[in-house]
This record gives sequence, C-alpha cells and structure tokens, in this order.
Amino acid sequence: MEKITSPEVLDQKISECTEKLNAKITGKGGKRAVLVCGGTGCLANNSKEIIAKLEELIKEKGLSDRISVNHVGCFGFCSQGPFVKIYPEDTLYRAVKVSDVERIVEDDLINGNIVEDLLYVDPQTHEKVARMDDINFYKKQKRIALHGCSVINPDLLEEALGFDGFKALRKVLTEMTPQQVIDEIIESGLRGRGGGGFPTGRKWQFAANVKSDKKYVVCNGDEGDPGAFMDRSILEANPFEVIEGMMIAGYAYGADEGYFYVRAEYPIAVERLLHAIDAMEKAGLLGDNILGTGFNFRCHLRLGAGAFVCGEETALLNSIEGKRGMPRPRPPFPAVKGLWGKPTCVNNVETLAQVGYIIRVGAKEYAKVGTAGSKGTKVFALGGKINNVGLVEVPMGTTLRSLIYDIGGGIPGNKKFKAIQTGGPSGGCLTEKDLDTEIDFDTLVARGSMMGSGGAIVMDEDNCMVDVARFYMDFICDESCGKCSPCRIGTKRIYELLTEIVEGRGTMQTLEELKDLAKITKNNSLCALGQTAANPISSTMANFYDEYLAHIQDKKCPAHVCKSLSKYYIDPEKCKKCSACARACPVNCIKGVPGKEPYVIDQSKCIKCGTCMATCKFGSISHE
Amino acid sequence: MKIRLEVIKDVREICQKHKDEPSPLIVILEEVQEKYGYVPVELQEVISEETGVPAAEIYGVVTFYSFFSLTPKGKYIIHVCLGTACYVKNAQAVLDKICAVLGIQPGQTTEDGLFTIEAVRCMGACALATAVSVNGKVFPRVETKDVDKILNEFRNQEAK
Repeated sequence: MEKITSPEVLDQKISECTEKLNAKITGKGGKRAVLVCGGTGCLANNSKEIIAKLEELIKEKGLSDRISVNHVGCFGFCSQGPFVKIYPEDTLYRAVKVSDVERIVEDDLINGNIVEDLLYVDPQTHEKVARMDDINFYKKQKRIALHGCSVINPDLLEEALGFDGFKALRKVLTEMTPQQVIDEIIESGLRGRGGGGFPTGRKWQFAANVKSDKKYVVCNGDEGDPGAFMDRSILEANPFEVIEGMMIAGYAYGADEGYFYVRAEYPIAVERLLHAIDAMEKAGLLGDNILGTGFNFRCHLRLGAGAFVCGEETALLNSIEGKRGMPRPRPPFPAVKGLWGKPTCVNNVETLAQVGYIIRVGAKEYAKVGTAGSKGTKVFALGGKINNVGLVEVPMGTTLRSLIYDIGGGIPGNKKFKAIQTGGPSGGCLTEKDLDTEIDFDTLVARGSMMGSGGAIVMDEDNCMVDVARFYMDFICDESCGKCSPCRIGTKRIYELLTEIVEGRGTMQTLEELKDLAKITKNNSLCALGQTAANPISSTMANFYDEYLAHIQDKKCPAHVCKSLSKYYIDPEKCKKCSACARACPVNCIKGVPGKEPYVIDQSKCIKCGTCMATCKFGSISHE
Repeated sequence: MKIRLEVIKDVREICQKHKDEPSPLIVILEEVQEKYGYVPVELQEVISEETGVPAAEIYGVVTFYSFFSLTPKGKYIIHVCLGTACYVKNAQAVLDKICAVLGIQPGQTTEDGLFTIEAVRCMGACALATAVSVNGKVFPRVETKDVDKILNEFRNQEAK
C-alpha cells in the first residue's frame, strides 16, 4: 500500500476500502465471497484444510475471478465450528468438514442451492437457520470489542480501513487535544476489562499529569485465566483495532512507544499482530510524523514465557524488562513510575479494543449501553458444561440467566446447573440464586465473585465444588511467584488442607483452619494474585458448605469425583461374567471366572480410575 | 554436559542480534529455547558473557518461567490442557491415563526420548475440551479411550 501521509490521503483510502468491502459483502458485480473462520479453535478443527480445498476447487472450476476465499477472525460460536459464511446471501454453514467442501462449491457456489444439512438447527424449534443474525446465540449480543470478528481478514490493512479502522485515530490527531481525549474516555465510563475495573480515563490522566521525557503504553495480552480466550480472539480477529486504541492512549498522555505483552501460547495472535504492525509501518501509520501531524508512535511485541502472575501489571513490567515476573510494591503506580522507570499505563486488550469505538460514536452514545456503574459491553468466554461454548459480547447489565440459557443454550444432557465461576482462579462461583443478577463490575463483587477478565465456566451436578476449589488452589500454588510469604506459604497450606478434605482425612478443625488461612492470605499478600487467591474457597464454602460437610462427616463425595471417597462395585446380579472389565483394569484388581463366577473388585488394590465402569456394556458397575 | 562449539557460536550470534534492544534477556532465552528445546546452564553462561547479565540472574529467570527448560525434551511433546473448561470435562483422567501408559509423570520424558508430557493451562480451545496437542497438532474432545490411538499415531510414524 502507498504511504498514507496526511488526513486527506487517509480519508481517500478509507472511502476506497469501505466501498471495496461493501462491494464484497453485497456481492456487487455478481461476485461472491467465502469467509472461513481462522480462529485458534476452528484452525484446530481443520479450517486451514477447508480453505485450501475451497481454493483448489474454485480454481479447478475456473471461478477464481468471481469467488474470493478469505479467513476471518473468530465467529464466537466455537462449539459449532468450523464456520463457512457466504456473501452476499449471508449463508452460514457450521461444523463444516473438509469432505463437505465439494458440496458447498457444487450446490451453493455454482448452483445457488443452500446445503441444508450444514445449517444451524435451533435446538428448541428444530428449525434450520440460514443467516448468522437469526441465530439465538447472536441475537442478544452487541459487538464493540469484537468489531470486525467474522467479517474482515485480519491480515489485510485494507479490510480494517474499510471497516471503520483508523477513523478514531484521525479524529483525535486532527480535531482533539490530548486532554479532550482523556475527558472523552472519562465521560464514557470505560473501565479496565482485565478484571480490576479501574476507570481507564483516570489512569491516563495520572500518566498525563507526570512530566517525563519518555512515556510508554503497554497492552496486557497475558491472558492467563484458564478457560478464557477473549483477548486472543480479539488479537486474532482485528489486531488493527487494538493498535489504534494503543496509539490513541499514547496521544492522550504523551507516550510515543507501545509494548504488546502476549502469551507465547498464542502463536496465531502473535503472528497476526506482528503482521499488522509491519503493514502499518509500511503504510506510514506507525513511525514518525503520522498523518503529517507530528505525532510519533512505535509498537513492539514481547512474548510471555508462561507465568500467570505476569498478568499483574507490575509483574508484567518486570517481565518486559527481562526479569523474573514478580510484582512490585505499589505505590509508585506504573502511571507514575512504570516501564524502565517511566510513566506507563498498562491496559488490557479488550479495553483498548473499545477505545476507537468510543471516539467514533462519542462518549455519550457509548454510555447509553450498560449499567449505572459499568458502561459498554463485556466479552465472556463461555465454557465448561454449557451447550454453546464460545465467545460472546453482551451489554453490561445482562443477567447471568440470559447469558447461560438464552445465549449459552443451557446445560448439555439435561443436567442440573450447579454454579458458574467468573473471574477465574481469582473469582468465585455464583449459583442458582444469583442467576438474575445483572452483570457488572460491582454487582459481581457484591455477590462474592468478580468480573475478572471474562472467563465464565459453567458447572453442573457432576462437578464436585471442593474438588474445583482444590483445582484452583493447585493452579495458584503453581503460579505464586514466591516473593511474599502469605501467598507462597498460605496458598500451599490451603491446598494441603483441601487435599486432606478430598482424601477423607478432613475434620471440622480443618474447616476452621481453612477459614483463618483464607483471611490471612487475603489481607497480607503483596499483589492481587495472593489477595484474591482464597476467593474460590470462600465462595464455595459460602454456597456449598454442605458438600464440604459431606466430605468431612460422611466421608462421601456427592458428585462422585473425589477418588479417595468413591468406591466401585460390581453388582453380582447384573454381572454377565464376560471378563471385559477385568481385562481393561490397568492394575489387575478384578477377579472372577469367565462365564461362571461374577467378577469382584479388590478394593485394596483399586486405583478408582473408572475404566471398568466405562468398559462395562451392561451397566453392572456403579460407584458411590 | 558438553555443548557443541557451533551451538555456542550460534547462541552468541543470537545475543548479538538483540544487543541493541532494551533488556533483551527473555527474548534471547525464548529464541534459544525455541531452537534447541532447552537452555542448559552451560548456555546460560554463554548468554551471561555476551549480555553482561550475571549468570545467577539468568538462572533465576530460566527457572521462573515455565516456558524454559533445563533439560532436553522428547521428540513429541504432549500437552494436555488442564484449563478449567477442560478440567471440568475430565481432563485429569486423560492426563492420568497418558502418564500410566507411558510410565512417566507430567514434566518428564520417556527413556527412549520419544515423548514428553506436559500439563498446560488453557490452550484457549475450550470448545474442544478436553484438548490434547502433540507438537502443536490439536486432538479435540479427547477421552481416556482415545489415548492409545493418539500415542500409536506417533509410534507408527517412528516405526516407518
């Protein structure tokens, strides 16, 4: 692309690119466009091969000049992937396999007939739905941070420019003073989407108030919460939008350099981000004297090396500086003394992805969406025991019930909903009684959990809450950096106490100790990791005290998850004496005589792996 | 352990390539880890000479981050996702099964140097829970009964 050297050239580019993208979507000139999901989830499900096959067949049939094939960012509805969308009809095919490609090309692209069996079927009405917007999963969503997901090719600057890209940057550089930008963000009510919920505009104001020869913007893409993939999907789908947000932050408080800190586990996001930075440098949208306005900005990328604590902003800064990712005491806050000692604002990916939209539509318009204390939208990664696993963006104030049942499609297998964990290992679980809570930063805290970065894991009656609490504590123990003792020793001890309980060695005294330790760890740890580490314990204890008691007093795990407390039995009446279980048992602890004597499990040797129960075709094996 | 001369030369070159970047230590370590599969103490000393960062500090960084390894890994690195979404769908049982079949614990490598098992925290493929990947190839919705089939796929590749 030629250099974009002035606002006028940018305007011209934007109008050209917009026209081109619109032509693609509306099928101008009889052309058609095929979009295939190129998010991590669908790529793992062969979407790359699907694209290759599409291209091959289209070329073979001599249709290359009429039909284009592109990958786009995450469609969000990951459990139904891979997706193939066709413009201009806007037909959406789901769960497409490489073997389906031929039919899509032959029936739809050539003969104009919809391939019925690849359409989404509404589980309630059993009707086939051809268009994406008509699917219930999408109806209640509002896409701001996910702008461009499933529409634009994340590798093409032209498509970003054709889909509102860099309009906001142009506006701030040519029409607004830095202070006006900060005021606009403050007025919009935007709060940090990484979990803390600190007002973004105020953070920028702190950094603006400090005089310094050098300032930095850091984008936190170290998405460590297990089960959360919002930031990854945004970076994979529209990296330009996040870079634009970062540049606007830089303009607002006088920074000319930005660092992205992204998990090394996200190779596709990293690749697309690097590509976007390169394309912008070549187009003159990054570098010196951007758009001829005298504004300079450069972007760099640093990879995380696998440490959850680096999501904490001061630990993240240490990691960029090449040190162990241990948190620094605050104050001084990074906005005053951050990266290499210079004023730095650390903003989450999703936060920066909302900035451009706020500038484009104005703070007042943005603030119309949401609740009194939390404006705009929030992206959630719905996972666990839920039908529609995927990425959803909903207005703040949506109820948990709507999130789980209307959008998430409820719990699979008619199982009973038990809890939803928000905020990951730092959050808490919410139960049936919380389902009508309107989601925002403050209500979730009041209910004993927190917003967190957006992971939302649904659990059903088959999950043991004590085991889940222990799972989170195992995670925190692993990830505690070891700098302060309340966290290093406290989390370890909590883990040991929980292990005692799940192994049937717990007493009422153990519970008391747990409560005390939770309090001590919370009040005395240096950073948020330790301060919130006990949240899953406190909230499961508050909501599922009876499960703790069952483990301690009855020595039973009601959900049959905790191995030490469960026993497998073969019902001699039902046993067909086929020996299948005995052959499958990895420790040879099942004995019997084929065809003659029913099989019996030697409880002293049984490792409770459950293989026998899964193997038995006659349902003769049960556990308690 | 004896490190080959050309490896040392290469690591020096990697250090030189990044010398003008601010605080490049982790960038260098990531490149060495990526290329050689581990960062032994001997190479840490080379990096220390080149960058001027004390060897003790480099050791501190290497042992802090889970991405870096002090020992060589197997030819096939198996990642079992233990993110929450996979965990609630029985990922632990899948991990246990793989460990039992290979006779090693997470973080260890089989004696023949073929497989390394690692329990990882969320690959972000939550819709595919339980997700298992081998050298980056993702196997979706893995259950304990699928384990042998997956391992055999790679054993057969070796046998060829």
